Amino acid sequence: MTISREDIEKVAVLARIRLDEEQIPALENDLGNILSLVDQLSAADTDNVEPLAHPLDAVQRLRADKVTETNQREAFQAIAPATESGLYLVPRVIE
Amino acid sequence: MQWDIVIGLEIHVQLATKTKIFSGSSTAFGAEPNTQASAVDLAMPGTLPVPNEQAFRYAVMFGLAVNAEIGRRSVFDRKNYFYPDLPKGYQTTQLDHPIVGPGFVDIDLDDGSSKRVRIHHAHLEEDAGKSLHEDFDGMTGIDLNRAGTPLIEIVTEPDMTSAEEAVAFAKKLHSLVSSIGICDGDMSQGSLRFDVNISLKPKGSDELGTRTETKNLNSFRFMEQAIAHEVERQMDILEDGGRIIQETRLYNGDRDESRSMRSKEEANDYRYFPCPDLLPVVIDDAFIESARDLLPELPDERKARFKEQYGLNDYDARLLSDDARIAAFFEEAVGQGKDAKLAANWVLGEFSARLNAEDKTVLEAPITGSQLGQLVARIADNTVSSSGAKKVFEALWNGDADNADAIIEAQGLKQVSDTGALEQMVDEVLAGMPDQVAQYQEEADPKKQKKMLGGFMGPLMKASKGQGNPKLFNEILVRKLGG
Repeated sequence: MTISREDIEKVAVLARIRLDEEQIPALENDLGNILSLVDQLSAADTDNVEPLAHPLDAVQRLRADKVTETNQREAFQAIAPATESGLYLVPRVIE
Repeated sequence: MQWDIVIGLEIHVQLATKTKIFSGSSTAFGAEPNTQASAVDLAMPGTLPVPNEQAFRYAVMFGLAVNAEIGRRSVFDRKNYFYPDLPKGYQTTQLDHPIVGPGFVDIDLDDGSSKRVRIHHAHLEEDAGKSLHEDFDGMTGIDLNRAGTPLIEIVTEPDMTSAEEAVAFAKKLHSLVSSIGICDGDMSQGSLRFDVNISLKPKGSDELGTRTETKNLNSFRFMEQAIAHEVERQMDILEDGGRIIQETRLYNGDRDESRSMRSKEEANDYRYFPCPDLLPVVIDDAFIESARDLLPELPDERKARFKEQYGLNDYDARLLSDDARIAAFFEEAVGQGKDAKLAANWVLGEFSARLNAEDKTVLEAPITGSQLGQLVARIADNTVSSSGAKKVFEALWNGDADNADAIIEAQGLKQVSDTGALEQMVDEVLAGMPDQVAQYQEEADPKKQKKMLGGFMGPLMKASKGQGNPKLFNEILVRKLGG
């Protein structure tokens, strides 16, 4: 399995990763190798194998519906680049 | 050309848990921004989600209420996209193994027929935070108090064929989730949000057309308008020979217009994968049965009981049973008297009109069911006329006194139903109106005669200072005039 330059550029956009032009050939090679490995895995006969949702063979524990968290806004906002009136400020988002 | 309309809905229902789906932060509404956003909700490195048992219980209750299969093993997935009100960069949701499988809801339509709408599935997921776009010098403000609030997203099959059906379904669902107590039902605070998928196909065709999704409708009225708007938009395009683009649209109810929000092509690439932070959740029989035990009477069951127990017609029974609070109010009112039909008329008529006029809920009403019930009992036993009753209602509502009897007494609204006294008044009034009496007696058409009776009623009510029982007056008049 190979991966095209367009695929790489699209995934980069979706993942918000900026790529330099010269990085792409190396990525084509690396990601192509990873996909080959996946192809190899796909070749295994899994007809009688249950799909696995999680590598641990265990069941999720649930939590009681009780408030356990207190207001830590000050601590969290101390490391935020910009805040105002208790809000986190981010570059303007326009839909 | 004639078109069939095909509508499917996706409904986000905020669950009424005390805490978030994956953290112990409070979900109480109206807190200061970001005071209910913990390290887990903020996606701080090293945090791990732990699911809220109550969210699962509520989801299972919903599943049971819509006759659905319960997912015995449900799995969380990550839906990846970037938006500042989603700090993790993905929404934790359920893709292939949802908590609620296929089910159905029956809806009543205005023509008296009913229709089954199939539920495709319902899954648990987390809500995002809120973005505030105003007033921050070109920046966007983010409040993450809502981030991580548990939602169930309910997805229907495309079984609805008109705005009327879609709205009937939406109202039924609202009634259902409020009645079973898994959602506060407050649409103005976004507790229920509707996305509508709409497509058109040539009448009778089996092939579905391309659909659009109109997102985030939070009132029944906007939903109805948005559907009408989108159907018309698609029809115009198709009839001009164009094609519909699959896209998400935003509807502006105040301006009755919509616009494209984003093309699905890029945004829809969510790259789902199973969430490695969460193990599969296994729901056993005991959990399901304990959820079943928590289910109160469902609106459909209540409607059937109202028809049976109180002899109400289908329409009244439905209106009274949809909202658990209205239903409780009605039953309290009926408890005071025996006339259920009269109580129903007052609850659905005067009382509901007044709530609407003042934009109040049943719980905010200044009168109780038993106060209204006492008034209804006084109408039923002829103590007060229906026009007098409206005055009593007014006084009760304004808090002039706390019971109907006191108001009837204080305002002298007690009806005179003593036949002897009424007969005497009729005799006196008729003696003073010989011409009208003669006219009446010469009239051959009984319909016109009936109309002419009204001419005597005015003077009679005046003679009795408004306290004569109009029904008895009428009977006496007909008898005396006819003889």
